Amino acid sequence: MDDLDFEGYTCPVPIRPADTVVLGHGSGGILSRDLLNRLFLPELGKAAPRALDDSAVIVIDNQRFALTTDSHVVSPLFFPGGDIGRLAICGTVNDLAMVGAMPVALTCGFVLEEGLSFDVLQQVVKSMQEAAKEAGIYIAAGDTKVVQKGGADKLFINTSGVGKIADGINISGANAKEGDVVVISGTIGDHGIAVLSARENLGFETTLESDVAPLNHLVQAMISVGEIHVLRDPTRGGLATSLVEIAGQSNVTIEIDEQALPVKPAVKAACEMLGFDPLYVANEGKLVAFVRESDAEKVLEVMKKTNYGGVATVIGKVIGTGKPQVRIRTAIGGTRLVDMLPGELLPRIC
Amino acid sequence: MKYLDEYRDPEKVKSLLREIDSIVTKNWVIMEICGGQTHAFLHHGLDALLPPQIELVHGPGCPVCVTPLEQIDRAIAIASQPDVIFTSYGDMLRVPGSSKDLFAVRAGGGDVRVVYSPLEAVQIAEANSDKQVVFFAIGFETTAPANAMAVLQAKNKNIKNFSVLVSHVRVPPAMEAILSSKLNRVKAFLAAGHVCAVMGFHEYPRIAEKYHVPIIVTGFEPIDLLNGLYAAIKQLESGIATAENQYQRAVKFEGNESAQCAIRSVFESVDRKWRGIGVIPQSGWGLNPQFAEFDAEKKFDVQNIFTQESPLCIAGEILQGLKKPLQCAAFGRQCTQQKPLGAPMVSAEGACAAYYKYHRDVVYG
Repeated sequence: MDDLDFEGYTCPVPIRPADTVVLGHGSGGILSRDLLNRLFLPELGKAAPRALDDSAVIVIDNQRFALTTDSHVVSPLFFPGGDIGRLAICGTVNDLAMVGAMPVALTCGFVLEEGLSFDVLQQVVKSMQEAAKEAGIYIAAGDTKVVQKGGADKLFINTSGVGKIADGINISGANAKEGDVVVISGTIGDHGIAVLSARENLGFETTLESDVAPLNHLVQAMISVGEIHVLRDPTRGGLATSLVEIAGQSNVTIEIDEQALPVKPAVKAACEMLGFDPLYVANEGKLVAFVRESDAEKVLEVMKKTNYGGVATVIGKVIGTGKPQVRIRTAIGGTRLVDMLPGELLPRIC
Repeated sequence: MKYLDEYRDPEKVKSLLREIDSIVTKNWVIMEICGGQTHAFLHHGLDALLPPQIELVHGPGCPVCVTPLEQIDRAIAIASQPDVIFTSYGDMLRVPGSSKDLFAVRAGGGDVRVVYSPLEAVQIAEANSDKQVVFFAIGFETTAPANAMAVLQAKNKNIKNFSVLVSHVRVPPAMEAILSSKLNRVKAFLAAGHVCAVMGFHEYPRIAEKYHVPIIVTGFEPIDLLNGLYAAIKQLESGIATAENQYQRAVKFEGNESAQCAIRSVFESVDRKWRGIGVIPQSGWGLNPQFAEFDAEKKFDVQNIFTQESPLCIAGEILQGLKKPLQCAAFGRQCTQQKPLGAPMVSAEGACAAYYKYHRDVVYG
């Protein structure tokens, strides 16, 4: 052993393929952002200064409208607490709500794989109708395409939506201000872990249900009592990714308190087992809000009275400007940076 | 959560930090072996709370990081073949080979699947008898028993279309390699608790005595890590060097004998190349001749793929604790988690990834 000379042994410099789409480009994290910045925004985003918010804001005859679109490709189609239909409605309703809009109407496009059973489709459509009713919106138009077996995975749904923004509302990821209080509407990571546990071969079972829900009524209640600067529903990429995006858009430093983060024990346990951090696990019925400090108490109070804000809580604060960064105070008193998800969420080896 | 919260108790952390502070008088370099421990230190922000006399350096205990480049190139060569289902733990998919990673193979039409256990790969082989199913059997003593069980199960069920690409490594030979290096700075080890849960720590008293280093078997929670550090510093300050078990709730001196038995029946000790370090004699496991039919290297004839490593990344020095990620000129600049130059930046347990994730602001200011 004594003759082993470590000097000179090194790692290689690999060439990372940059010219094909990999799954990580759809993870909502850094790869997704890179794809947007590199390919979509330069060609298609010139007229859309707020393309990085959940919805675009367009003005027609002095009335502001929110406009958004979202495609849903979840596997399995049915999971504890929801299904692709409920997800497709809530996803778009929530994106509209996150700029403070009252959603009005949605369109939906179906891509069906040859061989999909009518029963399955019927269940999905029923669930869409129920979610639409709950959100108080209507489906204004639709489209259906069928592809050959293998051309798609059973069923993909795209929904687009339009909503009306009332005067005086100005909510955007770019509006966070020093002193703002950061509020989360409920426990994080429920959806991601529920879907994961419903997939085959995971080797664990849980009674956990997805949180998929329309948040527009919650948002309207919040807007009616306080000044909200930023709203976002932390879906793919989780709360961490949303906060990092907001810190960047608003050029502010956000500090959150690890102990204040609401996480269900089942989510915590699954994350410990798989090596995930709940901060990066997807939610479909939660929002994070940046609220003017003096209004925080009123907003929290009204949130707690709604269906989907019962355990709303303060998780942090905007502590400075000029340095886009998210920091977390750990339970034991240390601090560290919070970053976006680099690519796909991968379970660790041991 | 039971069995976790009590090991993350803020008050107990504070009191242990005070105790450590009260006994440390000199500067000490201590290496935590396992990448999981490195991440725990940084994830909880513990590193910043330690007395300045303690310098933590991060060991080679990250299975993804030390898997040699050519083994990844061999995996990519196998996964790219038609009629192959290549299965792996998730982490390995993102590790770059010399031209691409396994994700890119999948994007190019290869059937690459993430499994949570090697036994799943055996099930996939049973269900797809017209395909060759290969499992990427990497890792330390922790993953070896389950991988051995998969091979045993395939043999018992007479499954012919299953094989494993083996790249197993062992911790004690790596510790000795580090200690015998002329450049060694490490004065004590926090040994990897889960490796010892399998193997016990009967190999450590000899190493502790021969090189006069305290070796503390340590767990992964804040209280475990601080208890491990306390024990190491207590020994260092009093000039003692023994193997000590801090992780008693999981580790016995002799380890898990049935797991060791599974390993012994399938694997034999071999020389193994470590990424960034080089060949360490008798530092790994390979399939023993009885199980040669399950050897993917032979089945797919990829033994002759060798890859030259280039000199830009200092992973070798990082993995031996000679340098820290922040001392690398490429860190956070040319080398990021999106475009990693070396394996320690790729793996969830890699030291560079931990620094990138939690301490990148030091570079960016």
